[in-house]
Amino acid sequence: MSKFKDAGHLFRFAGLFVLLFVVFLVVRHFVVPKSFGKYGHYRADAIGEVAAHPAKFAGHETCEACHSDVADKKGKGKHAHVNCEACHGALVKVLPAPPPPTPNLYERMVALVIKPMPVDPPVLRHAEDPASVVPELPDTTVLCARCHTASAAKPKGFPQVVPADHSNGLACKTCHDPHSPAMDAGGTK
Amino acid sequence: MLILMPAAAIAWKAVLAGTPEQSPNYTMSEHWWGMLIDIPKCIGCGNCVRACATENDVPDGYFRTWVERYHVSDEDMTNPEVISPDGGKEGFPVAAEDDKKYFFVPKMCNHCADSPCTQVCPVGATFISPDGVVLIDQKYCLGCAYCVQACPYGCRYINPQKETAEKCTLCYHRITQGLTTACCEACPTGARQLVDLKDPKDPIHEFLKTHSVEVLKPQMATGAKAFYNGLDGSVR
Amino acid sequence: MNGVEGFMYPNEIALQWSVLIVLYPFITGLVAGAFILASLERVFRVEAVKPTYRLALLTALAFLLDAPLPLQLHLGHPERSPEMYFTPHSTSAMAMFGYVYLWYLMAVLVLEIWLDYRKDIVLWSQESKGSLRIVYKIMTLGSSNISEKALAVDERVGWIVTIIGIPSAFLLHGYVGFIFGSIKANPWWSSPLMPVVFIFSAMVSGIAAVMLLYMGVTKLRHHTIDVKCVDAIAMYLFYIFIIDFSLEMIDLIHRIYEADESFRSLNFLVHTQLYIPHIVIQICLGTLTPLILLGITQVVKLPEIVRKRMYTVAGSLALIGIFAMRWNVVIGGQLFSKSFLGYTTYKIHLVSKEGLLAAIGLTILPFIFLWVLVKLLPPWPDTNIHKAAAAAD
Repeated sequence: MSKFKDAGHLFRFAGLFVLLFVVFLVVRHFVVPKSFGKYGHYRADAIGEVAAHPAKFAGHETCEACHSDVADKKGKGKHAHVNCEACHGALVKVLPAPPPPTPNLYERMVALVIKPMPVDPPVLRHAEDPASVVPELPDTTVLCARCHTASAAKPKGFPQVVPADHSNGLACKTCHDPHSPAMDAGGTK
Repeated sequence: MLILMPAAAIAWKAVLAGTPEQSPNYTMSEHWWGMLIDIPKCIGCGNCVRACATENDVPDGYFRTWVERYHVSDEDMTNPEVISPDGGKEGFPVAAEDDKKYFFVPKMCNHCADSPCTQVCPVGATFISPDGVVLIDQKYCLGCAYCVQACPYGCRYINPQKETAEKCTLCYHRITQGLTTACCEACPTGARQLVDLKDPKDPIHEFLKTHSVEVLKPQMATGAKAFYNGLDGSVR
Repeated sequence: MNGVEGFMYPNEIALQWSVLIVLYPFITGLVAGAFILASLERVFRVEAVKPTYRLALLTALAFLLDAPLPLQLHLGHPERSPEMYFTPHSTSAMAMFGYVYLWYLMAVLVLEIWLDYRKDIVLWSQESKGSLRIVYKIMTLGSSNISEKALAVDERVGWIVTIIGIPSAFLLHGYVGFIFGSIKANPWWSSPLMPVVFIFSAMVSGIAAVMLLYMGVTKLRHHTIDVKCVDAIAMYLFYIFIIDFSLEMIDLIHRIYEADESFRSLNFLVHTQLYIPHIVIQICLGTLTPLILLGITQVVKLPEIVRKRMYTVAGSLALIGIFAMRWNVVIGGQLFSKSFLGYTTYKIHLVSKEGLLAAIGLTILPFIFLWVLVKLLPPWPDTNIHKAAAAAD
C-alpha cells in the first residue's frame, strides 16, 4: 500500500488523462455528423449536397422539346451530333447574389480570420422561362472559326478552312446554315 | 484558440444542417461511372473547358478539365512539346504543317477506383461514391492540399475563395438526373462520352471490345476510369 | 507564363505547400532530435551529456508547442482541424498527426519533464509568492510528496517514459517523412528511405540545436561551458551525421544509376533552380563542411577554444543544411511537373498568411516559449535554484 501512497501523484496525472478522454468521447458523440461512415469513411450527406448543385446547361433534349423543327433539320445534317448549347452556350442568366443575412458577433469575429463560404447565386433559365433569358445568337465569324479554322494540329478528316481565304471576311452564315451547314445538302441560305 | 472555437462551432452548424433529397429515380448501386475520351476525334476547340467552367463555377486560372496539345517527333517520343494555353479554354493557336505529328489530349479527373487522393485525405473529406465518382465534401475539407499533392494527374486544385479542394465531379448533379456531363454536352465531335460500366446497354462495352484503349499512367495502378482511345505513347 | 518553363499541368503551376510546410518538419525534427539527446543520458547513461539534459527537454517542449502553428496557418479551414481527432482517416499518414502529437506532448514530453522537475516544482510551490505560486501549485497536481520513495518511483517511471519516448519521437517525425515518402505521384518524394532520412536528419538538427543553445546561453549567463559535455555531444553529432549523409547519398546514387522517367526532370532541376539550395547549401555547406570540421575534432587533439569555435560553426552549418534539406524536399518536390516536361518557380510573399514574415515569426516564437520555460523551470545544473538550498550554504 505504501507503494501506492508514493505513486499517488502519478494517479493524479493519469486521472487528468482519463478525464480529458471522457470529455473527448462525449464531445465526439455530439459533434461527428450522423451520416458519417454510412458508405465509407466520409459524410454520406455530402453525396446529396454535391448532387443538389444547380445545373446550368439544360441538355439538348430539353431544347428539342420546344425547338423540334430545328432539331429535325439538324438531325439530318452534318451537325447532327453538335448539341444546341455547344454553340448557343448554357442559356442561363446569373442574377446578382442577394445580400447575405447580417452576421452575429461570433460570425463577425470568425470572418476576420476565416472567409465565409460563397453561396451559389440564383440563375434564370431559358428552358424554365423563355422570356426571362433571350439567347444571344453567337457571332458566326468567331464561333465557327473556333472549330473549323485550319490547323495542322487538327485531325485530317475534319472539315477545316483558312477563314481569310475561304470567306474573305464574310460571316459564315452568309452561305452556311449553322443547323445544317453542308452546302450540297441543301443547307445554304 | 479564441477565434477557432467559435469558428469551429459555426462551421459545424453547416455540417450538421439537413441535406437535400437526392433524385428519387436514381439508385447509386446500379451505376459505375467513367469517361471515354476518343483522341482521334478531338479538335482542340476548348468547348469542354468553357462548358465545365460555366457549369461548375470554376474560378479563372483553375481547371477541372483542360486540353493539351502534343507535338511529337517520330525520332524522340520521350520529348514531346506540349502546350495548354489557359487550359485550352479559348482553343489553340494555328499550327503550321511540319514533319512532326500533332494531337489533342483532353484531361480531367480519372475518378480512380483505387484513388491515391482519397487514400491520403486525413479526415475523409474526399471519397469515392458508391457509384464510382470521386467527390469532395466541401463542408468537411480542411484545405490541407494533401490530395492535390497525391493526384498523379494534376486534376485537383484549391479553390481560392472557398479554400477547399475542388476537382471534376463528373457533373454528378447532372448524371444523377439522367443528363450527361457539361463537357460531353458541349463537345461537338463526340470525343468525350460519359460511360456507365454497370449499364449493359452502354456502348462502352462494345467499344472496349473493338478498340485499343488505355488509361493515363497505368503504372500508378490507380484504377483510373477515364479511358483513352488512340492514346500515343508520348502522352504524359 | 509567369515563371513556368516547358509544360506543367495547369493546376500544378502554383505551389500548394509553402515555406511553412518546410518549417513544420524542421521544427518537429528539432523536437525529436533534442529528445534523443536527452535520452542519451537517461537511457544510455552517457554521463557526459548530463548538463544538457533538462535544457534538451525544455527545448523539445518549446518547439513542440510551436509545431502546429505553421500547419494551422497553412490550412484553408483551420477551424475544422478537430476533425482529425474526431474522424481520422486510417489510410492517411497525415491523420496520425493529431494523436501522435498529443501522445508525444502529454504522455512523453510533459510527463517526463514533470517527473524530472517534480521535486523542484513542489519546493518552488512552497517558496514562491503571488501568481507564480499558484502556477507551481497547479503544476504539483495537488501532491506534495517528495519523499525518497516517491522520487524513486518518479525515476523509474521516468526511465520507462524515456524508453517509450524514443520510438515515439521517431514516430512524431518519421510519420512526416512517410507523408512525403508514400506519395507515388511524386518521384522526388516517393521512397522508403524518406522516413529514415527524415529521422536521422532530425537527430542531427536537434542535437546541433541543443549544443548551440547550451553553449550560447551558458556564455550569456557568464558561466563556464562544460567542455567534456560539448565534446560528447559533438561526437554523437558526428556519427549520426555520417549515417544521415550516407542515407542521402544512397538515395542520390540510386536515382542516378536507375535513371527512371523522372530522372531527366529531377537532374535538370538540381542543376538549375535547386543548384544553390541543394548542391551548395545542403550538401557542401550544410553537410560536408560540418562533417569535415567535426571529423577533424575527432581525430586531432585541438585546444578547447578551437574546438568550441569549430563546434559552433559546424553546428550552425548543420542547422542550415538540415533546413535546406527540408526546403529541397518540400519546395523542390513541387517545382517540376508531374508530366516531367516542365518547371515552375516558387514565389514567396513577404507579408501573407504563408509568407516569409510568418515563417520568420514562427521560427522566433519557440525561443520565446523556451525563454518562458527556462524562467519557470530553470534547467541549469550549476546554479542553486532553491532559496532554501542557497540559504543553507
